Amino acid sequence: MSVDLATRYLGLELANPLVPSASPLGARLDTLRRLEEAGASAVVLPSLFEEQFEHEAVAAHELRELRAHSFGEATLGYFPVLEDYRTGPETYLEHVAAAKAALSIPVIASLNAASVGGWTGYAALLEQAGADALELNVYLLATDPEATAADVEQRYLDLVAAVREVVSIPLAVKVGPYFSSMANMARRLVATGADGLVLFNRFNQPDIDLDVLDVAPTVELSRPWETRLPLRWIAILRGRVAASLAATGGVQSAAEVLKLLLVGADVTMMASALIRHGPGHLETVLRDTRAWLEANEYESVEQLKGSLSHEHSPDPAAFERSNYMKALASWCTLP
Amino acid sequence: MSRALAIVDGNEAAARVAYATSEVIAIYPITPSSPMGELADAWAASGRPNAFGTVPEVIQMQSEGGAAGAVHGALQAGALSTTFTASQGLLLMIPNMYKIAGELTPLVIHVAARTVATHALSIFGDQSDVMAARSTGFGLLASSSVQEAHDLAVVAHAATLESRVPFVHFFDGFRTSHELNTVELLSDEEILELLPRERIREHRDRRLSPDRPVLRGSAQNPDVFFQAREAINPFYATLASTVQATMDRVGERTGRRYQLFEYVGAPDAERVLVLMGSGAGAAEETVAALNEAGAKVGLVKVRLYRPFDRPAFIASLPATVRSLAVLDRTKEPGAPGEPLYQDVVTTLAEELASGRGLARMPRVIGGRYGLSSKQFTPAMAAGVFAELERAEPKNRFTIGIVDDVSGTSLPYDPSFRTEAPDVSSAVFYGLGSDGTVGANHNSARIIGERAGLHTQAYFVYDSRKAGARTVSHLRFAPHPIGSTYLIEEAGYVACHQFEFLEQGDILELASPGATFLLNSPYGPDEVWAHLPREVQEQLIEKGLSFHVVDGHRVAREAGLGRRINTVLQTCFFALSGHLPLDDAIAAIKAAITATYGKYGRQALERNFAAVDGALAALHRVEVPAGASATRRIPPAVDPAAPEFVQRVTAMMMAGKGDLLPVSALPVDGSFPTGTSRWERRSLAKEIPIWDPDICIDCGKCAIVCPHAAIRMKVFPGDALAEAPRGFKSKPFRSREHPGTLLTIQVAPDDCTGCGVCVDYCPAHSKEVVRHKSINMRPKEAHLERERERFEFFLGIPEFDRSEVDVATIKGSQMLQPLFEFSSACEGCGETPYLKLLTQLFGDRVLVANATGCSSIYGGNLPTTPWAQNGDGRGPAWANSLFEDNAEFGLGMRLALDRQIAHARRLLDLLRADVGDELAGAILEHADRSEAGNERQRARVAELLPMLERVDSSEASDLASIADVLVPKSVWIVGGDGWAYDIGFSGLDHVLASGRDVNVLVLDTEVYSNTGGQASKSTPRAAVAKFAASGKPSRKKDLGMLAADYGHVYVAQVAIGADNLQTIRAMVEAESYPGPSLIIAYSQCIAHGIEMSTGMTHQGDAVNSGYWPLYRYDPRHAQVGEHPMRLDSRKPKLAFKDFALQEARFAMLERVNPENAERLLATAQEDIDERWHYYEQVARIERVIPGKHDEEAEE
Repeated sequence: MSVDLATRYLGLELANPLVPSASPLGARLDTLRRLEEAGASAVVLPSLFEEQFEHEAVAAHELRELRAHSFGEATLGYFPVLEDYRTGPETYLEHVAAAKAALSIPVIASLNAASVGGWTGYAALLEQAGADALELNVYLLATDPEATAADVEQRYLDLVAAVREVVSIPLAVKVGPYFSSMANMARRLVATGADGLVLFNRFNQPDIDLDVLDVAPTVELSRPWETRLPLRWIAILRGRVAASLAATGGVQSAAEVLKLLLVGADVTMMASALIRHGPGHLETVLRDTRAWLEANEYESVEQLKGSLSHEHSPDPAAFERSNYMKALASWCTLP
Repeated sequence: MSRALAIVDGNEAAARVAYATSEVIAIYPITPSSPMGELADAWAASGRPNAFGTVPEVIQMQSEGGAAGAVHGALQAGALSTTFTASQGLLLMIPNMYKIAGELTPLVIHVAARTVATHALSIFGDQSDVMAARSTGFGLLASSSVQEAHDLAVVAHAATLESRVPFVHFFDGFRTSHELNTVELLSDEEILELLPRERIREHRDRRLSPDRPVLRGSAQNPDVFFQAREAINPFYATLASTVQATMDRVGERTGRRYQLFEYVGAPDAERVLVLMGSGAGAAEETVAALNEAGAKVGLVKVRLYRPFDRPAFIASLPATVRSLAVLDRTKEPGAPGEPLYQDVVTTLAEELASGRGLARMPRVIGGRYGLSSKQFTPAMAAGVFAELERAEPKNRFTIGIVDDVSGTSLPYDPSFRTEAPDVSSAVFYGLGSDGTVGANHNSARIIGERAGLHTQAYFVYDSRKAGARTVSHLRFAPHPIGSTYLIEEAGYVACHQFEFLEQGDILELASPGATFLLNSPYGPDEVWAHLPREVQEQLIEKGLSFHVVDGHRVAREAGLGRRINTVLQTCFFALSGHLPLDDAIAAIKAAITATYGKYGRQALERNFAAVDGALAALHRVEVPAGASATRRIPPAVDPAAPEFVQRVTAMMMAGKGDLLPVSALPVDGSFPTGTSRWERRSLAKEIPIWDPDICIDCGKCAIVCPHAAIRMKVFPGDALAEAPRGFKSKPFRSREHPGTLLTIQVAPDDCTGCGVCVDYCPAHSKEVVRHKSINMRPKEAHLERERERFEFFLGIPEFDRSEVDVATIKGSQMLQPLFEFSSACEGCGETPYLKLLTQLFGDRVLVANATGCSSIYGGNLPTTPWAQNGDGRGPAWANSLFEDNAEFGLGMRLALDRQIAHARRLLDLLRADVGDELAGAILEHADRSEAGNERQRARVAELLPMLERVDSSEASDLASIADVLVPKSVWIVGGDGWAYDIGFSGLDHVLASGRDVNVLVLDTEVYSNTGGQASKSTPRAAVAKFAASGKPSRKKDLGMLAADYGHVYVAQVAIGADNLQTIRAMVEAESYPGPSLIIAYSQCIAHGIEMSTGMTHQGDAVNSGYWPLYRYDPRHAQVGEHPMRLDSRKPKLAFKDFALQEARFAMLERVNPENAERLLATAQEDIDERWHYYEQVARIERVIPGKHDEEAEE
């Protein structure tokens, strides 16, 4: 008996629920092709970071202009005039178009902008470049003690609304879990125009380098236990928001995929495992997922999806309890 | 046909034609012609085709001699070729030029004419270079404006093909090469149509081909050489008419008609000037103004100088001429007159003798003007005309200077003006780093294009690299602008840096009623109180319309940091009224969009915010009726400065060097050293302030300071008896010097604020990590206190050198630097090595310095950094050329060695007179330690008075050279352009010689001084000029090439990565009694790094294996050990992680990611392979055959 792995995400019909999330893997066409060959049903490209462009644009301009015209023997500056020098988004946009041309699966562009104009401007460009959908990678770290939670939430909503205004392709919003009322926020994001939510953004937290006593940025690959946070919230949101739900963060194997589908994810996204084991790992996960479904006599992913969500779970309260209570209880009941 | 007007400079105007008409372009950077090569390289890199539809082959060579050779070969193989050069570069091409002309080969060399170095180098313009090439057989064609640089370039390329005679097409360096002007450019199609296609085919037919072989370049004998040389004559006989015919064809197409000798002025003129080049612009205005006032004067502009067409010259003169003044922009000492003068006199004399045309011999006088871009103004031209009116006019005169020695100079009335009233003039004072010049380029284009005005923009740069000042001169008019001199009266004056008001007469050029814009931190109501009295007085006397804007605040608030150019540019448009304000704003925003649009919205929005913010922050200031300030502009130098500095240097510093008479200047180019300390440039906004409580006495801040502005001194406690209140010190942790104190002191006016010391300081507070032992603090808050402290600090006696272990970090930094306060860039990576060199050996060192950055920050007037110690001893420094520096230094060594041998012989002869003991002690001196050298110095000091008492010529001779008996150290210093490229053969020869010289290569891996062109030191994958696609080949391993000799001491060092290894390498190199080579990693602004982190960044260069540290000491080979010692550890950082911190590598990813990936990967392989190779070399045992025999003989 063959299992139907198809799923629907952001209105896109996907062959299975395995989607590589935004990561450096998506920066190369040959890797994207290998991912498709391995069975990826769609890809999310690495994020276009407006701030990086801006920073680089200013730096490039300063290098070229401000070192020029200051010394009589080097009036043209200290670097060659590179007419095709690109600090702007052209390279990214070309990559979207090239990925689109090279792949038959849907291509989802990802955007992290710094200004309202940036969000809308780049969103439109990404749509023009041929992206099938757009994922807004929103990361607003509220460090200003004067800014209230409501202020911050409104900024999220404003920018989703602004982007919704200018693009017609499906829109996913990738956010972190740090909202006082995640469920309410999710519903408002969807009401404002998000077609899907990607849960959750894994923020890389800074570390300290003891040798130089300085803050050191870190990138740490995710671990399977990290799926528990999206697992809880997808379970809770399934059926309560009218939007696609993507789970991301910690998906390493078929086990995580299946668990997340059970609680209601439409797709599961992975990056760390693919970076760790190579694009071919996706094939293994897909095979194992299929095997489990077959062994457990499921007909389709659709059948599985959400079957253990908050509303369908035999013990909904388990999703609501703080986890340590159950853990503690389990420990106490150990023989 | 009407063509679009463009605003370009002379270099671009000529380069466009050269590029369009050439297939092979060989280039080498030299100011002021470098931009022509850079443009050609950039166009080729971007795939732009020439007029024939192919992309020219553009190749950088190792020298101008190499470029000429490559061009010669390309021509022989049938290509159309060109090159660009100036000054010494043209001189290096001369041997090939004789050959190329002798073989009748069509070629055009475009020359931005520049001064040839004599008593001094000068990067500026005159025609001494072209005149040095006038006997090569090349045609010499002179352009006097930007438009001509374009048109006559076409004439040159067409005429050389038509005639087979090669041409130098030249125009004045800077004045024309760097002047922006409104010109009409010919399209490539039009240029192609003007070229004689049949002649191109003929040229190709003459190419060397084995299908129809010929032999060229034979060696000829007395029987035929002479006749063969004369066989060329017919080609020169028709050359002038060919050029005129070509000019006529260009004229038919463009409407601009040129003559070989072009006369302008009264048809019945009696007095006529003859000159060539940009001076014609000023002279032509003068002729018009004088004739308007009733005079009868004229001007002959010389366009074709070689061949000198005598009939055409005679024909150009009005029959009425009674007297001629011929002006040469060159000097030929000892000649009857300068070249153009001699040609004119000869022509006139021949014509008179022939009895054909001339009724009488006009009086002819000749003179020199404008050497090294000295201004040539209408007032000076009028002065020459006035001289022609005198009964006995002066011949062999000078104009534009005061010659109080030989009395050559002519008087003139500097108030004479010719500028038309419809010309509006604006002058802007800015810093090189604030973008003023870039913005003015932009403004000139906007006004030229939007207001339909003709535009001229010329920029004056100072010679410093850090804190360089710029003065922009912009003219706008409804007609073409030919005023080839700086603005003398401006209707708009802008001062973009408030501090400039204290540093010179900013309002000198403001005309009565002019507009004055001041970038001021003080608003319209408070600024008046902050102005020096001279400024207040001029504002009132001239009735200036005074405006202020706080450009720095607007820029900061807009998120643009210190980039004030957009703000000040907007204010210029608002105040000058060249365009309706709304149009101007739209144009500025359009220009911003063109620049930033593709980069992203934020940069765009920030600049727009600066434009809008500028208008809101622009305020008119009500000028009171009377001056109120008591404060005056301070004198340029401290009254305590030496007499020469007061009398001469101070004038240059105040921008009044033009007023110095001939008698004020040294006759042979020798200048006193140690003058930089008298120039308080006070560039820094923030300076480092020491916190002794945290200091660990390491000396690292001092060793890395590029400007010797952080000083370390160790002294006994009682030295502080007279210390000013708050003078900081701490107990010095030292077993050798117990009870001493340490002070780390900033020189607050000499610090450039680069921040390298703070970044490098390893000591930080336990409570607040970012608080280090030195911290950048706002200068204004600390200036007065630190000035007082630094003054006192200088007076604390220096530590006794003979008691210091110099080969340590602390020890070396306890010694007085004798290289201080140079004008190098903020954070320069080269200067710390030079400073260390002078700390270690400065009182007994001779420096031969190759031309380049180090000769500019080390030897450019007004003030120079090589200094003297309290005994008046210090480095003796000289610069010869770019290409010959190793040989130059070797010559010094040879002289010293001969003098030492001579002195020893004399001393031996005089043993009886001076005492056997003293003579013996001097002759047997072998202890080269600081203490040993000091003892030898004392002995020589003891010897001198004894010699005075001996009445013999031997004693007098010995007295005159006895100082050489104290060991001297010869250091040959230069950059990688010299060592790897142009001077490599000489360097190789000097290293091979085995003589005791020390070579220090300050390796920035590019030609830094001329703006970052690739050298053979440039690493693979780096983007540089002439390597715009990333350098495809690996860096030359100069160190291993030298080590291969076996007898050369070689070290590769990086002072920021390992201070001690650098110190040891210098000490070992100096002590090694043979040739030594130190290759020193020197970060540079051309690397595109944050310069404040340059020294810590060197750590990554070493850790990645990009820059391995090693020492190769042949002395170890002599005792059977391994000579090569690897001082750095096996690479532990990926090259990419190091490289992508630098724009020179990172930018390639933005242009050509595939190429970047490939080159970066290959560069990593280079590193891996080299490390593997070095590891093997480090295990190799070597002996130097014959070495022991030589020593035995000695």
